[in-house]
Amino acid sequence: MPSYTLSVNDQNHTVEVDKGTSLLWVLREHLGLTGTKYGCGIAQCGACTIHVDGSPMKACVLSVEDFSNGEKIKTIEGLSEQGDHPLQKAWVEVQAPQCGYCHSGQIMQAAALLENNPSPSKEEIKAHMNGNICRCGTYLRIVQAIQLAAQNQ
Amino acid sequence: MLSTSKNNGTLNRREFLKSSSGIALFIGASGIFPALVSCSDSKKIQEQFEKHAITAWVKISEDGQIIIYNPASEMGQGSMTSLPLIFAEEMDADWSKVKVEFSPQESETYGSPGWAPGSKMMFTVGSRTTNSYFNTMRTTGAQAKAILLHAAAQHWKVPVGELSAENSVVSHTGSDKTITYGELIPYLVAVESMPDISEVPLKAPDKFKLIGKEIPRTEIPSKVDGTAQFAIDVRLPDMVYGVLERGNLHGAKPTLLNESEILGMEGVIKVVPYDYAIGVIASKLEQALKAKSQLKIDWSSSDASGFNSEEIYQEYEKIAAQNQAGEVITEEGDVSNALRNASKVYQADYKNDYVYHAQLEPLNAVIQVSEDLQKAEVWVGSQQGMDTKLGVPRVLGIPPENVNVHLQYLGGGFGRRSLSDFVEECAVLAKEVAPKPVKLIWTREDDLRYGTYRPMSLQRIKASVDALGNINAFSHTVVGDGGNLVASGIQNDHYAIPNQFADWRSTTHGVRLKHWRSVGHGPNKFAIESMLDQIANDQKMDPVDLRRKLMVNSPRALATLEKAVEISNWAQPSPEGYAKGISFVEHGSLGTGVCEISLNKETGEIKVHRVWIALDAGTIIQPDNVKAQMEGGIIMGISSALKERISVVDGQIQQSNFNDYSLLRMQDSPDSIETVLIPSGETPQGVGETATPMVAGAIANAFLQLTGKHLRHMPFTPERVLEALNS
Repeated sequence: MPSYTLSVNDQNHTVEVDKGTSLLWVLREHLGLTGTKYGCGIAQCGACTIHVDGSPMKACVLSVEDFSNGEKIKTIEGLSEQGDHPLQKAWVEVQAPQCGYCHSGQIMQAAALLENNPSPSKEEIKAHMNGNICRCGTYLRIVQAIQLAAQNQ
Repeated sequence: MLSTSKNNGTLNRREFLKSSSGIALFIGASGIFPALVSCSDSKKIQEQFEKHAITAWVKISEDGQIIIYNPASEMGQGSMTSLPLIFAEEMDADWSKVKVEFSPQESETYGSPGWAPGSKMMFTVGSRTTNSYFNTMRTTGAQAKAILLHAAAQHWKVPVGELSAENSVVSHTGSDKTITYGELIPYLVAVESMPDISEVPLKAPDKFKLIGKEIPRTEIPSKVDGTAQFAIDVRLPDMVYGVLERGNLHGAKPTLLNESEILGMEGVIKVVPYDYAIGVIASKLEQALKAKSQLKIDWSSSDASGFNSEEIYQEYEKIAAQNQAGEVITEEGDVSNALRNASKVYQADYKNDYVYHAQLEPLNAVIQVSEDLQKAEVWVGSQQGMDTKLGVPRVLGIPPENVNVHLQYLGGGFGRRSLSDFVEECAVLAKEVAPKPVKLIWTREDDLRYGTYRPMSLQRIKASVDALGNINAFSHTVVGDGGNLVASGIQNDHYAIPNQFADWRSTTHGVRLKHWRSVGHGPNKFAIESMLDQIANDQKMDPVDLRRKLMVNSPRALATLEKAVEISNWAQPSPEGYAKGISFVEHGSLGTGVCEISLNKETGEIKVHRVWIALDAGTIIQPDNVKAQMEGGIIMGISSALKERISVVDGQIQQSNFNDYSLLRMQDSPDSIETVLIPSGETPQGVGETATPMVAGAIANAFLQLTGKHLRHMPFTPERVLEALNS
């Protein structure tokens, strides 16, 4: 079985998995980084959103061999040292999550937005976040949290 | 990541619990600490208990930390905060020192009463958690406080009546003596007798310091940094993975054509046949999934074969037209007579397609069966059930006490996790590979195609008005599969209509069904509220005035109507191209909702812009959380009213994932959802399912205002909207 070395949250990890194995399963089941969630497996829900070299991507449709060449992978576990990223603080402040299952992905998607656009409009937020489904229906609080984090940055 | 170890006290505590009766305190009215009293060595006691348990609901340690046990599932509705908060209120605990953990899954101790006389169940369904545990949590919290006060009284040798408690500190009136709850621990065991605490005084609501205040939810910090553990996140040493192929024809029996090929695939450990599926166990998840994709299965026909969900509505119409009533649900006055003698009769049919739960965490479980097959450890996100051990004892043929359920956070429930099919499936796999633990994962496609849906139904309403335009008869027939799944919410408890009739007429299609947030209320309230507006429209009455008349005997319902009218500026017309619609729902709590919509007449797309809700849910435990439930309920209501649809052709489910089963996304969400909570000192009522069934009626009624046309088939897809516009 081939072996791949991944850079995840500034640490190198080597895994032995078949070529074509989804990065999501590698992160979750092999590396134990279970903050990144499985929701659909076809890049429709965004629960598995991670950053690759700073860009938000859906881990479920990425193959491990394409992300083991020094690409910098960041998951929710690596977003901040103490869970104190402005978005995380804002998320708690507005009590955004309900079941919380999609929120790692929501926060990672939002973090990428604020990196590139520190004060997005409401419409920009909605457009950027549209690929992330929340079945509990917390969308309004997510928008509110992103606006609050942008203010507090 | 995994925190599986129960504290050492659990078993001991459970022993004590068995000796208790009535309320779930192991300190019974006959005396305290029956087993501890005989033990004067406090060190030994400390060995027995990791921390000093004082009741089944709470553990206090000497450093002042308080652990309160939550008996209900946490699926985002906030039980991890609301129930412990009620307990802490009466205990006068320092909330900042409170940590919340799930209680053991033992219904005799932690079940809520009220399901049936004498029964207790751990079952987080029907929006009944806060309502059903309110008195239990208050009473046991007050009892915990009484025990602590008594210990302090004994310690200080003062009458207990001279003591008071606040924020985990006991004070003595008349001296400056104080002692914290933690400091009282050593003195608890020294007490030899205890007065009867079965009836302790409860606080007057105006003394509440936690209930009704804005207290953040306890588990939210763990949900923003990835540490909140769902069952799908559980990883155990030597764990293997299971997946099942169930096909898309419910109940079809599989014949596997290539078993040896599958068994030869890398990592595959076993192929496990079920009546309705083929299971594969492999060392790694990706290997199990790969093997699943290679299965060659010949499927039998099933009860669902030949069933087409679109065509069946014609059949439903025939059933609705039959003179023979079905199971009668409501019969007041004489509807037939009233309809015959009415000034005007209205009739309309309303339809709704199947909808799918789509909880974002697909079903899964982790189970480890002991080598001798006599014990099982279960990690699961479950809404629990009538069987607290979730069917595992039956599958394994072992007694319930040999099954230990570790409840995890639920990545959404909405009713789907009140069925334990997935847990039983996992137990079958775990038995095959015991003592290795197995993680069973349903893919999204599995979860959707072998889902358990809210049933499709047809509602035929006939209503009439008298010469003064008052509604004097209301007849409502629902046709569909599943009894209460289609019939709940068909009653009009808050509308004064002298002649009412409702019945359910049964169909069956072999498609799996289950409670889906608010159950039959969604379709039934849509039909009822739409009919009311049709009558109002025809009678040239304001829909609000019509409802005011109907609510004449229900002041609480009326108050929600008036408040919704006020906050939505009902009397003020919406901007050009916009319109408002109103709808009332009772589901434990009472609520009136108003939706403001616009319509793209070219595409047929409806957009909901603003929503207002006035809610009477009795005593509110967590106001902001109730508002969050309204927001989520509305979003799910809009999603199901506008988009969601499972269709069936020749018994086969036609959708498979979120690419062809659409959910409401952020750009389609309303700009605002404003909720006003009506102040009340009444018993708390459920709030999880009151908002969702408001939506379809409110949208359809706004559509009627905007276009003069009726939407009568959920979901209101663009095609159906255009069809209505052109009708």
